[in-house]
Amino acid sequence: MATVGVDALVELDGVALGYEGVVALRDVEVTIAPGELIGIVGPSGSGKTTLLRSLLGEPELYAGTARVADNTRVGYVPQVETVDWNFPITVEQVAMLGSWRTRRWLPWTSRAERSRARVVLSQLGIADLADRPIRALSGGQQQRTFLARALVRSPDLLLLDEPTSGVDIKTRHEILHQLASLNTAGVTVVLTTHDLNGVASHLPRLIALGEQTVLADGPPSEVLQPDILERAYGQPMLVVRRGHETYVLPVPEEAPGAHPDAEHDHDDDDDHDHAELSVVDAPGVGADHA
Amino acid sequence: MLEPFEFGFMQRAMIAATLVGGVTAAVGVFVILRRLAYIGHGLAHSIFGGAVVSFTIGFNFFVGASLWGAFSVFLINQAARRRQIGGDAAIGIVTTAAFAIGIAVISRARSFTRDFEAALFGEILGITNQDLYVTTGMIVLIALVLFALWKPLVFITFDHDVATSYGISVRWVEAIFSLALAATVVAALQVLGVTLIAAALVIPPVVARMMTDSFPRLFVIAVVIGAVTGFLGVYVSWFVDVSSGATVVLVQAAVFALTLGWGVIESRRGFSATRRAERLAGLERSLND
Repeated sequence: MATVGVDALVELDGVALGYEGVVALRDVEVTIAPGELIGIVGPSGSGKTTLLRSLLGEPELYAGTARVADNTRVGYVPQVETVDWNFPITVEQVAMLGSWRTRRWLPWTSRAERSRARVVLSQLGIADLADRPIRALSGGQQQRTFLARALVRSPDLLLLDEPTSGVDIKTRHEILHQLASLNTAGVTVVLTTHDLNGVASHLPRLIALGEQTVLADGPPSEVLQPDILERAYGQPMLVVRRGHETYVLPVPEEAPGAHPDAEHDHDDDDDHDHAELSVVDAPGVGADHA
Repeated sequence: MLEPFEFGFMQRAMIAATLVGGVTAAVGVFVILRRLAYIGHGLAHSIFGGAVVSFTIGFNFFVGASLWGAFSVFLINQAARRRQIGGDAAIGIVTTAAFAIGIAVISRARSFTRDFEAALFGEILGITNQDLYVTTGMIVLIALVLFALWKPLVFITFDHDVATSYGISVRWVEAIFSLALAATVVAALQVLGVTLIAAALVIPPVVARMMTDSFPRLFVIAVVIGAVTGFLGVYVSWFVDVSSGATVVLVQAAVFALTLGWGVIESRRGFSATRRAERLAGLERSLND
């Protein structure tokens, strides 16, 4: 990757990316400024991970230019499915893998490395698990351990692949809260997510992928639009907005209540969280359809 | 009891077996955790071909076998990169072909049969001082490679797909490790023979794995088990009059069986203790009621 000016952390300019000669994404134009918090959304196989890993310079570049600012330290948190769970390793040892470049020719870690790992584990609320084998942890604790591995490098740019996949709603909330705190502290955060309602709609900027390219890039109010989502997912989508909240619902093919013309305003404010379609009927709710 | 120590050939054999047992276990830790036991087994057979050809053309055994092993690793890596072939098939094809070359050379030069039996089953009692120096040199080199590549190797073994993202040159590290594995097999060839090397690579790390959930501890335990069983195997072989290579592996297998048995007893004891505690708690509850 080449370098960019001071105003942008990353610039992808007319980029085509893929693996082993197969193009996964084309005509990608994305600029990321320092301090942003960005979600990449799209259906399975749309190239979310490919776009994320392009910021690491990994997929093959077939066209365009990908540039990253000089001296950018990047932390990467993969999907937890990639690791070997039988590997005998503790939480602290996983965290310290992130700093492997420090004294890289020596097998042992320094006191400073261990101290840094302990600080990060404390920040993430898992210091008491430091000596536990990673396979003995819950999904949320494992996710935080991999976050710790990325954070011991003190990254400027933090990339996370489906950080809330497979965790319960409370853990999801905690992970998002931690990412927001890191972002407030100045770390640029880019994550992929399948969760349009629980995660994506709460982020300040979204990049929607589909049809092998970037379909939309902007705030959720602009990106979570029925026409964009239908192009991305190949299915009509119902988009419900209430204040700052946005809900995206797939329109069942034979659901009369969810017909694209079924937009209502009701006075019954108490029913809004009982069922998907009752949300549509809540007062002050606007429903957009494909 | 001290009789074996009185003979120079036994002293050399015990030193070689201790060193080889330790280094095969050290490399074996990564072999078993990366599920590469098949490549260890295959490389031993492949290097046998190199050893035979070296003998036949009068080339230095260690150099010839090492070059042959390195070339086998190169071919395996090249073949495995082709999507239609796959790693396990590439290992099977390359190593059996290399082994077959050795068999073909033997069948043409029958006068060498006894030496090749030694390569197949080990001939540790025939180790000379020069062999011992060369073996020690190779082991030091392998240890240095493991020392220098420790962090990236651990990272790749634990989380292969992500290592590149953290700046690790996975291809280079894997290539160097494969060469270290080939060198380990060559170093172990004279001690254990082709047919027993895979066991020495696998058993000590598996035993250590059953004992701990910490990787650094696992590594140390495996090396200690490998070295001690190597020494004990040769020592015991003096008294039982059995092939030293086979005795080393049998001692390792016995340690494995004991560890497994102890683990089963411990888990049953833990289960019984839990049941007892549950029964006591139930009794206490019923008394309180």
